[in-house]
Amino acid sequence: MAASTGISDGYPNEPTQKPEKETSAGMEPSFRVDTIQGSSKSKSSIEKVMSVIFTVCGLSAVVAVFGIAAYMVIAGTPAIREIGIAEFLFGTQWRPTAEDPSFGILYIILTSVVGTGLSVLLGVPVALMTAVFLAELAPKRLYQLVRPAVELLAGIPSVIYGLLGSILLVPLMRRMESWIFAGSTTHQFTGGANLISAVLVLAIMILPTVINVSETSLRAVPREYREASLALGATQMETIFKVTMPAAKSGVITGVVLGIGRAIGEAMAIMMVSGNVVNIPLPFNSVRFLTTGIVTEMSYSSGLHRQALFSIGLVLFVFIMVINILLNTVLKKGGDANGTK
Amino acid sequence: MAQNNSGSVSIVGNKKHAYDVLTKACVYFCSTLTVAILLAMLIYIVIRGLPQINWTFLSSQPSSLKGIYGILPSIINTLYIIVITLLIATPIGVGAAIYLNEYTGNSQKFRPVVRFIEFTVETLSGIPSIIYGLFGAIFFGERLHLGYSILTGSLTLTIMVLPVVIRTTQEALKTVPQSFREGALGCGATKWYMIRTIILPSAQSGIITSVILAIGRIVGESAALIFTAGATTNLPKNWLTHPTTSGATLTVQMYFGVSNGKYVDEGFGIALVLMVIVLGINLLTKKLSSMKKSDR
Repeated sequence: MAASTGISDGYPNEPTQKPEKETSAGMEPSFRVDTIQGSSKSKSSIEKVMSVIFTVCGLSAVVAVFGIAAYMVIAGTPAIREIGIAEFLFGTQWRPTAEDPSFGILYIILTSVVGTGLSVLLGVPVALMTAVFLAELAPKRLYQLVRPAVELLAGIPSVIYGLLGSILLVPLMRRMESWIFAGSTTHQFTGGANLISAVLVLAIMILPTVINVSETSLRAVPREYREASLALGATQMETIFKVTMPAAKSGVITGVVLGIGRAIGEAMAIMMVSGNVVNIPLPFNSVRFLTTGIVTEMSYSSGLHRQALFSIGLVLFVFIMVINILLNTVLKKGGDANGTK
Repeated sequence: MAQNNSGSVSIVGNKKHAYDVLTKACVYFCSTLTVAILLAMLIYIVIRGLPQINWTFLSSQPSSLKGIYGILPSIINTLYIIVITLLIATPIGVGAAIYLNEYTGNSQKFRPVVRFIEFTVETLSGIPSIIYGLFGAIFFGERLHLGYSILTGSLTLTIMVLPVVIRTTQEALKTVPQSFREGALGCGATKWYMIRTIILPSAQSGIITSVILAIGRIVGESAALIFTAGATTNLPKNWLTHPTTSGATLTVQMYFGVSNGKYVDEGFGIALVLMVIVLGINLLTKKLSSMKKSDR
């Protein structure tokens, strides 16, 4: 194919001189190689330039991560220092535009934690079962139907989830709310945009992430495990849940953690369904997440208020970094040992 | 497979049968639920969105004066952002993948470097888009004085799609047989010559896949663009300087239209357009990956 033509184009018939012992493992091409094209000098300078260029490209991700981390810290710390870290993290009053402003984001953090936790509790079982179906049970026909469905679910933009949530879920919640809290005088009616709506939307959004990773790790479990289990008299389902699943544990956990990351970082979808009021995360309260807190107020904030929003961003960033480091240290190692990753 | 016949004499008895039926029902129920959710969403979007789609909707700019709502400017903005982002991200991403796979590949000396770079790539892909948005706004927008502009948005998205490009290309490079490299080097080709004429053409379909995946990510993005590319929906006055002006993509226009409650129905129209694009991208990647398989 392209490979063979590439060679014959560049090197017509002539025997090459002295192909130095150069393996692909060697990172620096040896510059004494004489080739038929151009002098070895011009060749080696091109080689040098290209290897520098590729090294720079290779370091781009490193630069990006450190750049982002540095900027989040630089932009996020002034407000925390001015407000006081305890006051900022554990204060329950968020009144950024009041005469005597207070910036406490405890409820916002709690909402993100509780919302993410609930959506994982709801979404992960469904995702795991679907992964089991895809990896173990699905006949070819059904597989070809469910697999693209999962892929499509992963590709749907988050604003669309938000739109559907706000049109379909929120009215439903409003009806439920007015039924449950009929006659209540203490409840603040939210019109349906509440924690439950946000959790439901998030639960659906993490499905593809968890399904994909779990399916891959279930498939990576050696055939012999299943065969041995079946030969011992276990039924197919017992084999799946008592042998295959435990063997694929670390992959499944990785999927769940990735799902947590996705849920905690989601902004636009829950923006449209959560109601955006700083509140204790109770099911029928309008709530504000870390992400939505930034989106809501960014456009009109200024001064300390704006800096406080960057601090919220920093808190979110810390959450994400903890999840990432967890993934790359603890879980990766477990995965390597099991041979599933 | 190893189904117990509950009627016959069995050492395990009926309890196992119940377990089997129950768990199986659970598995089938959950997979059906997943598919049902998707189908319900699709059908609902088509039903509400299809009546919105007509020529004026697709070909005009929104104007409250004339009372028209159109998505042409945001389609153009989306295209601008896709092109600019990919022009920057693809070379860097492919270059990084080449560095990881060809320049440091098997050598022990570079192992920690490779591991560290791969860790940062993974970290990048885990950072939520709202953080990219914040970073883009303070770094490209304020520090580099690009303000709310398509350029700011593109630069922000460049970092965001970088991991997608790097990883997919790296996977593609890994599938290029080692013998190709040995053959080329054995003929006396230098490293760069080998990469240019052997490795890159062989990994072509993988690179194209990575570009398509990146397009999918860009089309669906909103949180990273609100504070960087802004929300203006005007047709470009000057095609060359357009990237320096603010411009909303389809998702951003949809978000603002729906969240102020004015253009919910039109939002479904945009949702339908987006779904068609996403579906097209999924089919295209599938086609490419099956082509790649038949290649080998």
